[in-house]
Parts: sequence; structure tokens; C-alpha cells
Amino acid sequence: MPLRSTPHRYVPRVLIAKPGLDGHERGARVIASALRDAGMEVIYTGLRSTIPTIAAAAVQEGVDVVGLSILSGAHLSICEKLRDQLDEMDAHDLPVVVGGVIPMADWPLLASLGVRRVFGPESPLEEVVEFIEWLVEPKAFTAPGDGPTAEHHP
Amino acid sequence: MRRGSGRPEGAPDEAPRAAATTRSGTPIKAVYGPEDVRQPPPPPGTFPFTRGIYPDGYLGKVWTMRQYAGFGTPAQTNERFRYLLGAGQTGLSLALDLPTQLGLDSDSPEAAGEVGKVGVAVDSLADMETIFETIPLDRVSTSMTINATAPILLAMYEAAARKQGVASERIAGTVQNDLLKEFGSRGAWIYPIDPSMRLGVDLIEDTLERLPRFHPISIASHYRDAGATPAEEMAYTLSAGIAYTKALLARGLDPDRFGRSLSFFFYTYANFFEEVAKYRAGRRIWAAHMQAIGATDPRAQQLRAACVCGGHSLTRAEPLNNLARLTIEAFAVACGGLQSVFTAAWDEAFAIPTEASSRTSLRIQQILALETEVAKTVDPLGGSYFVEALTDDMEAAIRKVMETIEARGGMVEVLRSGWLQTQIGRRAYEWQRGVESGAIPVVGVNVHRSEGEEAVEQQELSKDAEEKKVAELRRLRAGRDGAAAEGALRRLRDEARGEQNLMPPIREAVFAYATTGEIAKTLEEAFGSYRPPSRF
Repeated sequence: MPLRSTPHRYVPRVLIAKPGLDGHERGARVIASALRDAGMEVIYTGLRSTIPTIAAAAVQEGVDVVGLSILSGAHLSICEKLRDQLDEMDAHDLPVVVGGVIPMADWPLLASLGVRRVFGPESPLEEVVEFIEWLVEPKAFTAPGDGPTAEHHP
Repeated sequence: MRRGSGRPEGAPDEAPRAAATTRSGTPIKAVYGPEDVRQPPPPPGTFPFTRGIYPDGYLGKVWTMRQYAGFGTPAQTNERFRYLLGAGQTGLSLALDLPTQLGLDSDSPEAAGEVGKVGVAVDSLADMETIFETIPLDRVSTSMTINATAPILLAMYEAAARKQGVASERIAGTVQNDLLKEFGSRGAWIYPIDPSMRLGVDLIEDTLERLPRFHPISIASHYRDAGATPAEEMAYTLSAGIAYTKALLARGLDPDRFGRSLSFFFYTYANFFEEVAKYRAGRRIWAAHMQAIGATDPRAQQLRAACVCGGHSLTRAEPLNNLARLTIEAFAVACGGLQSVFTAAWDEAFAIPTEASSRTSLRIQQILALETEVAKTVDPLGGSYFVEALTDDMEAAIRKVMETIEARGGMVEVLRSGWLQTQIGRRAYEWQRGVESGAIPVVGVNVHRSEGEEAVEQQELSKDAEEKKVAELRRLRAGRDGAAAEGALRRLRDEARGEQNLMPPIREAVFAYATTGEIAKTLEEAFGSYRPPSRF
């Protein structure tokens, strides 16, 4: 559950990225605003970010979660490349979530690429905020690096 | 989580009794009367064109029904175009894939996975020739949704017509060529703002003289789909129009000439009366602007516009409900007196439309035109107390936003600073929160909803389209006169560093079968690339 009552609340850091060529950033911007209003620190990469840029920004900024906005249908190849890149940078524990128009048939494939959760155009903002709070919750109590693992996925 | 089909907490009753507002916040009274009509507007076809730009409305010619199509390979697009013309469509609209829109060839590493996805890939003149094979380019008009690479694609279209034996002055259509809204909302930019404006204005200047039947720009309102309210949509789009007219005047062009060639493109959602009033008010403001900068020919003062019905108004939940929305939207456009309509397909929140769903969308327009009275009398809502009052109110709301933009230095400056992008993002966020709180009812989404997702048949995209396209491109590069292509690109590079109009060297490169990517890259070497402001 959200940690609003914790006196020294951990402030989650989230990277919102828009990979690929598609220029529709309404969703990415709305999510970024919602997370910021929920008290998180949000970094937005802007349009047409390449996978190496996203991975490098995530590691350098020490973010807790990477959120990808993908509407173009290229989600499988994008997530695979990001997974490889994060592995290479020794950041394979960094949780990735995806939002966009993603057919349900692809959800298991994305999960196998390490994607923790897929959100659609009609996912309530509250649900996105709560999921990210849940993802980073252990950080408020434990040393960095002991984040939730895939087994804890609801 | 909300469940079941009841109304969400905080949502209004079926028949709201409290004072209402339009989606842009304009108050709506419970009852309107003659006292609300400031002054009856002059007849249709007369300044300021509140009631429409033609005295006979749709009696002379019904609006153009123009469905957006194009996917996969050039040959598949040619097949779809011939099908649509056979089904009674009156104009073509070419959708291009993202690599083509961004100046990337199909074999560019950045294009991998995106070739032929949201439109057709056009790598060279050869693809344009295939797309329009056996379609007589002197008898159809073609609208191309292309911006950063518009000069290249227009040159290819003209060359393809020439190869059919059609003279340049006979081809008709529109290129979108509106870079300002790419920076503001659509995101398909390549070069920084200033060289982008130069290229766009080069195209307009060149086209006015050489392609008199072509609209060299369609000043578009994608701001709306990114979050802007209807009043803001019209204000941003007209402010962009003002920025273009300033640039054209700076080149010494005559407003009576360029005013006749400018056209606009808007979004229409299901907020019926507000949309009708938006178009009536927009025509008034534009006519006054053109008159103020010296246009005296009525044709140069008229706001000619196309529009799309659908966009963000369509829902993924209970997708057949979208047919009702599209019908209301198309009806609003017809009552608003626009010149060209694209009705999106009900299944677009899922995938590229199927042949059946795009046919049904075309049928909506045909039913409106033939089975209702909307095209049989001009401005059928004119004189309605409500519509006339709302037109005045919308005009005031739109002007207020335009004044804010002017005070901040105009459209180019509010885009450069990122102010406009932030405004739009904020509106999108407010909208989403309104939908989630129930303050903004969306049937099937937050009110009257059913459980479960309906199965939707999806158009299959051929998986080997990208491979085929890449192979074709390699064959083209191997088969063309390489020296001619290189020479043309060299000349383009030199001229891009000067101040001449760049259309002639672009045409030359296109004729030499230089590719979209090669031409775009050559310009990028001279212009650099755009870096967006990163705040949100």
C-alpha cells in the first residue's frame, strides 16, 4: 500500500521514455504528470529516444523504475533490446513497465522479457501510481538493490 | 475500482439540471432566446463567412469524402486506392509510414520494425509511380499527410504525374506541410524550427506559381488530439496560420494570391454544438485576419477546411459505440460547413482498419449526404438562438487564447519556449483526471459500462512487407544512374547553405531517383536537427 503515512517517505525516481519513431506523447506526458503529482521524481526523455540513451539515463540517474510508452506496435523488439542493454550494463534488476496499445496476446511475451506490468489507454492513473509505489516500497525499508522480484508480481 | 453499469460517483444525471458548460468551459444556458443573438450573421458566402464560404453550401457540390488509407507496400496501397475509388470515394488520402515521415529509408537501422506500419513506405519516385499506377492523376485529387519531408513527397507526386503524361498544372490535392504543429503536438519533426519554416514556405512559394490546383499547406490542429480544448484547438491553429502568413508576406508574396491556397485541417469530436460553433467562429476570425493583412479577394479571406472525425474521441471499450460517435461528429462537420471529411473507423483503437470498417465509415458520410437534409439547405442551424450565441461565445474564447499567444511573441515563440506543449499536456492530464473522477462522462468507459472486452477482428499486416521494401530499395539503388543522383544531392547541399528556394534542387534529386532518406539527410547536414524542450 502507499507509504503516505511514513514520516521519511522514500521518493521514487521514475524514468518515462518514448522509444521508437511515433510522436504521440499524450500518454507519456499524462503519466509523467500523474507520477509527479503523487510525489515522485520524474524524468522524461522526450520523443524518439534510442534504447542505449534510455538505458544510460536510467542507470546514470539511478531511477527505480523505467516506464516505456509505446503505441507503434513495435513493443516486442523495443523491450527485447532494452532488456539486453540493461543486462549489459549490469542493471538487470531495474523494473520496466510498459504503457500503450499492447494486444493482450503479447503480455506473456513481454513478461518473459522482464516487463513487470502492461498498462492500456484506459488504465486508471491511480492504478499506475499504486503499482509503482508497490514496486519501490521495499526500498523504503531495505538497502538499495533488494527490490521486489518477479515472484512477488500480483 | 468501479464495476457494473451504474453511473460513477460524481457523474451527472441523465438529464443534467445544473448549469452546464461546453468542454472548453463556455457556459451554456438552460434556454436561449432572441435576446441572446447579438446580430444575425450575413448570408452564406459573404464576409465574414460565419454561415459558410459558398452561397450555395453543399448544393453545388457536397463535401469531399476522403478516407485516409495506405499501408504495407506501394502495391498494396495502389490496390486499396483502386478499391476506394470503385466504392465511390471522391478523393484520395495517402498515409505514409513513420520512416518516410521522418526522412529515413526503409533500410535505415532506425526504421527497423516501422516500415509500412502506419502507412506506406515511399523511398523514391519509383514507389510513388507504383502507388498511382492506372490512377489518372489529372482526374483525382490526393491529400498527403506529410510534413518534414513534404517537399520531397510533393516533388515525387509531381514527377509521377509527369510520367503519366499529366502536366504539373493539372494535378490537384493537398500536402499537409505544417511543421509548427509537429513541434506543438504531433512530433514528426526533423530540423530545428527556423529551417523547418523555411522549407515549408519554400514549398508554398514554389507551388503557388507552378501547381495552381494544389493546396501547399494544410494548417492542422493535432493540438486537439494531444489535449487542447476546442477553443484552444482553433486558437492554436489560427495562430499557426498567422505565423505562416507573416512568413509569406516577408517574402513579398501577395495575400490575395496565397490566401486562396491556404487550407486548414481540424479534429471533430462528439460535442456537436460546440464543434459547429467552433467552425463558424473560426471562419469569422480568419476572414478578419486576412482582410487585415490586405486580402481583398473573398476567396483569399475564406477559411477552407478539412477535418477528421474520430481521434481521441473513440474508445477501446465497447468499440461499436464509436459508430454513434462518428455519426454525430460527421453530422457536426456538415452543419459546420467544412469542405472535406475523413471519418475514422470504429476499430482504430485496436489496429489499422479493415476493409469492412473503413467502408462503413465512408457509408456514414454517404448516408448523411443522401438520406438526411443536411446537404439540401445551406447552414441548416443558422439562426438557432443557441448556435448563434454559442458562435459568439466561442469567438470570444478563441480570440482570448490567440491574444495570449501574440503577447508571448506569437506561435513560433510559444513553441520554441515549450509553453504551448506544457499547456496542452496539462489539458490532457486534466481530461484524464476528469474521466477517472466521473466528472467527464464517457459512455462505455466510466458510465454505462459492460464487463469484458469484445473480440475485434484485426487487419493482418503482411509480415514480409519490410523485407520486400528493403529488397526493392537495394535494387533501385543498384539500378539507377548513381552519378546523376550524387550530383543532384551535391547541388542540394550547396543550395541549402544559401537562401534560394530549395524546391528546384529537391525536384532534380527526385528525378534522379535519389531516395527520401538521402535527400532528408543532405538537408540535415545543412540544417542540423531539432532538440525538443524536455519539460512536461
